[in-house]
Amino acid sequence: MSIEVQHISKTFGTFAALHDVSLTVQTGELVALLGPSGSGKTTLLRIIAGLEQPDPASGPILFHDEDVARRDVGSRQVGFVFQHYALFRHMTVFENVAFGLRVRPRRLRPGRNLIKFKVLRLLKLVQLEALAIRYPNQLSGGQRQRVALARALAIEPKVLLLDEPFGALDARVRQELRQWLRRLHDEIHLTSVFVTHDQDEAMELADRVLVMNQGRIEQIGTPDVVFHHPQTEFVMNFLGQVNVFHGRLQDGKVHFASVTVDPPDPVRVQDQPVKVFVRPHDFEIQPQQNGSPCIRAVVQRIHSAGPNVRLDLVAESGEHLHAEMAQDRFRALQITVDSQVFVTPREVKVFTDQG
Amino acid sequence: MSTSVARLPIVVPRGRAAPSEPRAVRWLLIGTATAFLGLFLLLPLLTIFAQAFEKGTAAYCSALAHPDTLKAIRLTLLAALVCVPAGTLFGIAAAWAIAKFDFAGKNLLVTLVDLPLSVSPVVAGLLFVLLFGRFGVLGPWLEAHGVRIIFAVPGIFLATLFVTCPFVARELIPLMQAQGIEEEEAARALGAGGWQIFRRVTLPNIKWGLLYGVILCNARAMGEFGAVAVVSANVRGLTSTMTLHIDDLYNEDITAAFAVASLLALLGVVTLVAKSLVEWRVARQMAQAEAL
Repeated sequence: MSIEVQHISKTFGTFAALHDVSLTVQTGELVALLGPSGSGKTTLLRIIAGLEQPDPASGPILFHDEDVARRDVGSRQVGFVFQHYALFRHMTVFENVAFGLRVRPRRLRPGRNLIKFKVLRLLKLVQLEALAIRYPNQLSGGQRQRVALARALAIEPKVLLLDEPFGALDARVRQELRQWLRRLHDEIHLTSVFVTHDQDEAMELADRVLVMNQGRIEQIGTPDVVFHHPQTEFVMNFLGQVNVFHGRLQDGKVHFASVTVDPPDPVRVQDQPVKVFVRPHDFEIQPQQNGSPCIRAVVQRIHSAGPNVRLDLVAESGEHLHAEMAQDRFRALQITVDSQVFVTPREVKVFTDQG
Repeated sequence: MSTSVARLPIVVPRGRAAPSEPRAVRWLLIGTATAFLGLFLLLPLLTIFAQAFEKGTAAYCSALAHPDTLKAIRLTLLAALVCVPAGTLFGIAAAWAIAKFDFAGKNLLVTLVDLPLSVSPVVAGLLFVLLFGRFGVLGPWLEAHGVRIIFAVPGIFLATLFVTCPFVARELIPLMQAQGIEEEEAARALGAGGWQIFRRVTLPNIKWGLLYGVILCNARAMGEFGAVAVVSANVRGLTSTMTLHIDDLYNEDITAAFAVASLLALLGVVTLVAKSLVEWRVARQMAQAEAL
């Protein structure tokens, strides 16, 4: 089932959590709401769920073209997974998962045996059949989150909403659950929206990413598009590592850190100060000058543990640079600390100070 | 976030690090506390029972079986039967509102909940006399309709209700605040209605705190003197509660007074025991709530 929200705003007292936000999620899509704390992503998710009400002037919330804005969360048929699981502490795992089925009005309620069948099937799906009679405080964080997911799926929702589902877990468990969730989604094809501040998670899991900042949507796109073609300064800065320079746009060329390069797109604006963004892996390091515009720099630190080698450098003009290269290239160059190198920016992004 | 001055049950931590005070100081402190308890708690308790049985068991039983005494006991029990459920309902409602919702005047409500405890019981009784008494604000209206509140049983119930209603609320507010609203929200999202959420999710989570509050509420309801004294005319056999009756008897038959008092003392002991048992469970629930 598709989701469409139009012109949603939400204010808490004097604080504007959301400004005129609109978004569409296709049936079966897995979309990430990505942004720092305070960006409004959780508020948006809760409004879609029905746990919060948008400001009166807001537009409709459409589930498959039906406006559910007036409906209470219970009647929207959404599966909501909370950041801290919100499992019923005095009920067993089985009872937790069965809850949504047991509270249905009598005529819609499945019989006891059917409930048992459905619950066990779900527990099998999340690989927790053996823990059916345990209580939440006897489970690990990862197990609790899987129970929360099974509980949300029990009511056969049309839409799955997850609020920072792995935020409270440690790195290893987070990784495993991430991959597990993606496989689950590929299996059941439920329209899903999840909130995260972890960009790796968003990029790895989502079909599309919605980058949010201070109650507004900065950019919507596939992880690839959002990473390689950021439309705003915020998006470029938020995703991945980036070097930021203060430079100048002059005579159709970009000047920064004592180097001059061609701008990424044909210049249409007048000469002005700009911010120049370069990704670490877009810095080409050479031991000697080779004719292309380059920055003379000295290597300060080498981080060689990891899939790539990361270098901290100081330019002749004083700026700090972070570069990244493949392990074999690093070995070929034989760079050491304090050695002088020449840094060529292969690709830059330029944003005027208006963003 | 704790917004009330509700007192939390005292839990003695076990197995903590060795204290730094020397042995002598430790024993001095323990000794002082024990002596204090013995002097002001045990001694009076034992005295009550000793005095009650001074003239023998037969006199004790006949003092209790006296019709006026039985009526006083009946009135006290009735007051408890009316006020404890009412105070419990109020407490659950107030704690629910304060813990689960945000509304203007929330802090005011929290302060008001503690109000009956900070006011002298005599003043509380006077409050009702000024409101419902013959020369009070609503007096003429009540007399015109033939309703008697002051110097009659309804007045006793009102006064008792006033002084006992904070107890359940004070126990539940911090407990429900610590437990948060997430479980209730999850239940809502799963399609549960208001009553279902309360019965299946909230109530099991607060049952020990609730029991604790009810125990305290009951003890206070049965032991109230000041407010009830002002509001009732202490007409023997009609508007006399156990506490008032004891006060009455004290001027006539000390042994009988102590006999009735021994019942209340017994209630006190039972309350203490029940309190301790539940206290431990509540603290455990709070710790669990904060850890999750």
